[in-house]
Amino acid sequence: MRTFNIFLRFVRQGSLRLILATLGMVIGIQAPVMALEAPDAFMQRLSSDMLDTVRKDPALKAGDLQKIASLVDTRLVEHINFKRMTASAIGPAWRQATPEQQKRLIEEFKVLLMRSYSGALAQVKDNYTIVVKPLRAPATDSEVVIRSELRGGNEPVAIEYRLEQTPDTASGWRIYNFNLLGVWLVDNYRTQFAQEINAKGIDGLIATLSERNKANNRK
Amino acid sequence: MNGRCVLALLLATLTLLSVGCASVSGQGQHPQDPYETTNRQVSDFNDSIDRSLLKPVATQYKQTVPEVLQSGVKNVFGNLTDIWSTANNAMQLKPMETAETGLRAAVNSVFGIYGLIDWGTRIGLQRHNADFGQTLGYWGVPSGPFVVLPIFGPSNVRDTVGLVVDMDQNLWSHVDPTATRYTGTALRVIDKRAEFLGMDQQLDQVALDKYAFIRDAYLQRRKAQTQRVKDDKDRGYGPADGIKEERYDQ
Repeated sequence: MRTFNIFLRFVRQGSLRLILATLGMVIGIQAPVMALEAPDAFMQRLSSDMLDTVRKDPALKAGDLQKIASLVDTRLVEHINFKRMTASAIGPAWRQATPEQQKRLIEEFKVLLMRSYSGALAQVKDNYTIVVKPLRAPATDSEVVIRSELRGGNEPVAIEYRLEQTPDTASGWRIYNFNLLGVWLVDNYRTQFAQEINAKGIDGLIATLSERNKANNRK
Repeated sequence: MNGRCVLALLLATLTLLSVGCASVSGQGQHPQDPYETTNRQVSDFNDSIDRSLLKPVATQYKQTVPEVLQSGVKNVFGNLTDIWSTANNAMQLKPMETAETGLRAAVNSVFGIYGLIDWGTRIGLQRHNADFGQTLGYWGVPSGPFVVLPIFGPSNVRDTVGLVVDMDQNLWSHVDPTATRYTGTALRVIDKRAEFLGMDQQLDQVALDKYAFIRDAYLQRRKAQTQRVKDDKDRGYGPADGIKEERYDQ
């Protein structure tokens, strides 16, 4: 019975798909669905992991930006599609930008986003836990929304993620937007980016972002 | 004519005023923010009041008042809000939220000495804030244009009406004598501001245009709060919410 349960869990978590995908690759067929882990399980693992790391490290909790940056670089960056986030925040103008401009935009926006994230991490208290709402349907969609709650305060804090399937990561999923208390972070930059681009062009936006990041670093 | 009516009238007048004297500039205008010029001016006014008065007082409050007292203030006013939130959750037909917030308010009112001690959080009963602006939105009242209210900050026409009702329904508005009521309200405002200390600096750092950042966040959040979720049981997972996000990176 236990073996059967484990088998069921494997199937649910998508390990069966991994086996099938591997088989497919061996015999030369590209499997259409590449997700290796259920998206909700992936988010539960990732967010609990981050929360635990922060709880155990006083420097992180105090908002030590260098340490947070290195934590993000080693543990989080691979799970986030910064290119898609940046393109989405910029909108149609993205297609007019040169590859070099795009590269700079991604770099600067990433730093700015990580600034928000480090601010949020600094608020974490010891008794906080993340509860990811369970998956109710098999994930055949290539894009999903995962809902979770940060609990422990007197009010649950709603956090949502938009995930896309990708063959590039171990889990098979990557985050491309993030919602805190009903506010999608990438969407919230759209108007501001458009204002800058309309007034000063793409290079103007790059300059503004870079100046802002430099100013933030001095503080 | 009591204080609440005066306040309601004042708010209504201010809203009309900001609507009336708004200049309409054509370029780069946000569809939900036709009074942007005026709103920005009111925002600046609010910021200056915050810098010169509210923030210094809140900072002092946080540093000098004993933590027990601070949490007492927070809990008592939080409990009063919970009671009204319960009513709003009920009006929005949300049984789970109504039950949890209601039970929390009951436990805290009875065993927590008028909410002074927050037993609710300790036994795992969390609050689900709900206000009258949300209730109106839930039943289909359109939000109207975005407005920045003097002192109260970002809002819209619907939520301004909601705010007046919220303040009237809050049991604290009925406390006598007047001196106690005003002292309490001042404490409540200072405590609320103290909660957000540090966050304002964070906001300055991550926003390119603070006004636009706050406005867009407010619009998004209120929209999310007033959305009717068709099947609450399905909230755990969605096929990207049925909305395919347009992508430009491919």
